[in-house]
Amino acid sequence: MAELVGAVAVAGGGIAGIQSALDLADSGLKVYLIESSPSIGGVMAQLDKTFPTLDCSMCTLSPKLAEAARHPNIELMTYSEIKEISGAAGNFEVTVTRKATYVDPDKCTACELCLAKCPSKVLDEYNAGMSKRKAIYLPFPQAVPRVMTIDADHCIYLTKGKCGNCKKVCENDAIDYEMKDKDEVINVGSVILSTGFAPFDPTELEQYHYEHPDVVTSLEFERLLSSSGPYVGHVKMANGETPKKIAWLQCIGSRNPEIGRPNCSAVCCMYATKEAMVAMEHDSELETAVFNIDVRAFGKGFEQFYQRAKNEKGVRFIRSRPSGVDIDPVTNRLSVRYEVEGSTETAGEEFDMVVLSIGLTPSESSKKLAEIAGVAMDEYGNIETAIDAPMTTNVPGIFACGTIAAPKDIPDTVADASGAASKAHSILASERGTLVTERTYPPEKDITEEEPRIGVVVCDCGINIASVVRVPEVVEYVKTLPHVVHAYEQTYACSTDSLDNIKDVIKEHNLNRVVVASCTPRTHEPLFQDTCRGAGLNPYLFELANIREHCSWVHQQEPDLATEKAKDIIRMSVARVALLDPLYTQKLDFNHGGLVIGGGVAGMTAALDIAEKGFTTYLIEREPELGGLLRTFTRLQDGRTTGEILDPMIAAVKSNPNLTVYTGTTLDEVEGAMGRFKGKLSDGTEIEFGSAIIATGANEFEPEGYFGYGSDNVITQSALEVKLDEGTVDAKNVVMIQCAGGRNDDRPYCSRVCCTTAMKNAIRLKEEDPERNIYVLYRDIRTYGVWEDLYTRARELGVLFMRYTEDDEPVVGDGTVTITDKLLNDTLFEIATDLVVLSAPLVAPEGVENTAMLFKVPVDSNRFFLEAHIKLRPVDFATDGVFLAGSAQAPKLVDESISQASAAASRACSILAKEQLETSGVISVVDEDVCIGCGRCTEVCPYGAPALKEVEIVTEEITYITRKSEIDPAICKGCGSCAAECPTGAITSRHFTTKQISAVIDAFAFADGSIEEVA
Amino acid sequence: MSEFEPRIVMFCCNWCSYAGADLAGVGRLQYPTNTRVIRVMCSSRIQPTFILQALKDGADGVLVTGCHIGDCHYIDGNVHTEKRMENVVEAMKLLGLEGRVHLEWVSASEGPKFKETVTEFVEQIKALGPSPLRAE
Repeated sequence: MAELVGAVAVAGGGIAGIQSALDLADSGLKVYLIESSPSIGGVMAQLDKTFPTLDCSMCTLSPKLAEAARHPNIELMTYSEIKEISGAAGNFEVTVTRKATYVDPDKCTACELCLAKCPSKVLDEYNAGMSKRKAIYLPFPQAVPRVMTIDADHCIYLTKGKCGNCKKVCENDAIDYEMKDKDEVINVGSVILSTGFAPFDPTELEQYHYEHPDVVTSLEFERLLSSSGPYVGHVKMANGETPKKIAWLQCIGSRNPEIGRPNCSAVCCMYATKEAMVAMEHDSELETAVFNIDVRAFGKGFEQFYQRAKNEKGVRFIRSRPSGVDIDPVTNRLSVRYEVEGSTETAGEEFDMVVLSIGLTPSESSKKLAEIAGVAMDEYGNIETAIDAPMTTNVPGIFACGTIAAPKDIPDTVADASGAASKAHSILASERGTLVTERTYPPEKDITEEEPRIGVVVCDCGINIASVVRVPEVVEYVKTLPHVVHAYEQTYACSTDSLDNIKDVIKEHNLNRVVVASCTPRTHEPLFQDTCRGAGLNPYLFELANIREHCSWVHQQEPDLATEKAKDIIRMSVARVALLDPLYTQKLDFNHGGLVIGGGVAGMTAALDIAEKGFTTYLIEREPELGGLLRTFTRLQDGRTTGEILDPMIAAVKSNPNLTVYTGTTLDEVEGAMGRFKGKLSDGTEIEFGSAIIATGANEFEPEGYFGYGSDNVITQSALEVKLDEGTVDAKNVVMIQCAGGRNDDRPYCSRVCCTTAMKNAIRLKEEDPERNIYVLYRDIRTYGVWEDLYTRARELGVLFMRYTEDDEPVVGDGTVTITDKLLNDTLFEIATDLVVLSAPLVAPEGVENTAMLFKVPVDSNRFFLEAHIKLRPVDFATDGVFLAGSAQAPKLVDESISQASAAASRACSILAKEQLETSGVISVVDEDVCIGCGRCTEVCPYGAPALKEVEIVTEEITYITRKSEIDPAICKGCGSCAAECPTGAITSRHFTTKQISAVIDAFAFADGSIEEVA
Repeated sequence: MSEFEPRIVMFCCNWCSYAGADLAGVGRLQYPTNTRVIRVMCSSRIQPTFILQALKDGADGVLVTGCHIGDCHYIDGNVHTEKRMENVVEAMKLLGLEGRVHLEWVSASEGPKFKETVTEFVEQIKALGPSPLRAE
């Protein structure tokens, strides 16, 4: 076999590719991130807000773009495409065509002088063609890399040989019209395909009149909503007026076998709900309606989001698939034509604007790439993977993640991406660190003798801050504060160009302290701290003033008071930053082992993925056997038995030399933190590990009290599966009831898997005995993504579907089920039945609170573990070194659990792969001269970091032995409790010193900025 | 005369109540503008002198928040906060500043509770009127 190469090529620079690249780069592998457009960011960069939290998409994405750009192990290859792949797993040669940008990236500073002079206007892809850009352009303001590109098809010089304006005005001589496409060969050990999807083009569905200017696609509508969009966030019709009534038409290019697109696109129901809600947030008078077949709110928090939209915001959800849009020949107004649910009547309703919720289709470039890579695709053009290997293609060493394999939302894509990174990392574990470079920073400037020179950046965050807080006024005020030598406004402080600008400003004004007034330090502090380091400033000489989450977003109707509050917040931050000290970290050895709690498919996958990379791994399962929830089911959706995936997995777990399994055992005690956890098992075994993954799964709810559960002929889906396997289903008329105990006040969430499970079992029942009558009573059929196939197949086999609503539930009697069918004009049916099967939701198992307590991680109100960020950190906890996977986070299908498990392993291994861990600079220290040895610090410290030691004190008169406190920097977590407790002020809680906090309190009080007078 | 707008110092711990405040922001939950947040890593960092200083400097009220008992990122730091704050609240009674210092637990997932906590405390301080320590 050829030599292994410690590098990976990631094709596609959307959120999937970025996540894969970051995980691999953090693990010590070299990454080539290849993107065909001039900037990384993908479709997520075009989105306005993300469901279900309505977080600003760019705000969460932008730090990732910047991180990818500045990661020393990632080489960005934008405006580039893979031309050829040869070789085999571990050692591929990939030929990459670098398209000519006609701009020298080393010379261009994106000063934009050329933009003004370029005469050629082109439809702007970023704004979905709703505005114009120039032929020389930056794709969007936060683009990475921040370098101009010339669009050769529209450049007047390149097409006609005339013009040359950009070259004339460029002061850096960056324009090079002679540049040619060139091929570059890179040598990598693995390839990850993550080139995403193409939005469906609705032109072919003529009945929806996409040619009408007020019929727009959902992606166009995202741009209309966006503050960086064509109308800076004001939704407008073609005539310039604000629409008063907007309709969303679901399943445009999805669930439509007639055009060869039978599958569900998985994301449209939620993005339409989101778009309706955001549009109503912009304009409280707006009326919205979403025409749908089923509302597929299946993910974590989605059902609650949908209910909120429906019940609190007043979004109308109309259950009908419109047959078309009519245009009034006189007024040109739009009218949606649809069949009223439960009748054969057709209705028409006028709308000012119609949004087509277009599906996700495999892109032509993805298909081409799949062909180049030699990987198999299914009949629809998705890359073929299996339930038990969701990131693995048929070509060894080539993996796929994100929407290239199937339509999915952002968190599932991110999990997939980390999962694919895990798979690539496993092959190349022995080559970690062979091709990478250390991140280097310029030498740190010594500021200890300097007076504070503070720079303040006040961010508009598009309109997130600037629409409420009067930013220019704030900037002028900030300039009057003590020690502030420079203050300025920035549209997006976190974009790569703004970060570069901060570095320049630090140098230009010789700043030794920086304040950025923007959003929460909980997400953005590391980014700005790193920027400070890049300019030779110690990262602790930085402070974030949160004027978004704590000000503009929560005081939207109070511009005056919010502006005053923003001034106060920044004044307090300036007072604090003036007194901050540079702090230094220490590098420590740590334990490189992993621990996984829960031996279901998620836990086993995670444990195997860690062990395969050479790390000692412990897997702990409470039950006597491995296998978890899947052991109670008998078949997978693809027809295989569950044993077909469980048995080899259990065998692999048991035979891996790096992996120790403890069954029938619980983890009872945990102490320590990332890198040095110590745990005690119920059998008394003590273990040490550096990182932990919680994969404690979920159980099928026992639907006591619902639909007659408990009688002999009322069973759950898992019980049905066992009977089907035994061949003991003795029933001619089977009724399945969906949402049995779910989507109600007690369990307000959708359990995601039950519809797919019901379809799988309905098909099995029909196949076993085609004469059987099967009725599925449902509220919404949520066979999202590719599992729509099963719904179609069930209908083809003659399974009957009847819809009920939460306030009019079916009643299970003795041998009958009665239902008011919403599909048939509220007709009351009495179905004779000999078997009722309840689709009960998955619920969190007993004991999750104990596990949560051990690691100090949160669970949500439904007792599922709460991840660090619902979109971009789906398997991380806020607590360092602890991760989650599988149904412990929320119910999920087997392939999703496996993808998440590999993702959690990838995240954990990106820590375990480091040689040493860096401690925090934020710790407490004792001034021995002031300490009286009272020991109160040792009583309050939860970690035992302070210890009293005997010291000999020698003075002129007397020598004596006394006790003094000493704090172990490796143990201290920096909470500061000891400093608050110390009666003599001997303890300094670094970065939160008494002096610093006092200065902030004083700054709060003295609104005139006279900080020093009172300090 | 315009309505009395209290000035309130609010302490938040990094892991729970500050995150709860962030979540209130993400959820666009609207609440009064009277509070100014000082972030500390753990509520147990808040020594009683900070509260005295804030009142002396003219704050009409001080709102201390942290993780629920059992949720503390530092295991049980908030248990010490609770003890210290009990003493401070008691001392306030003796000093004639009763009701101006309040301790509340707000978790990282409790955006609505953050909003309620702030709204109710602002109302409480409005009812009490300006602090007698406030220099006019």
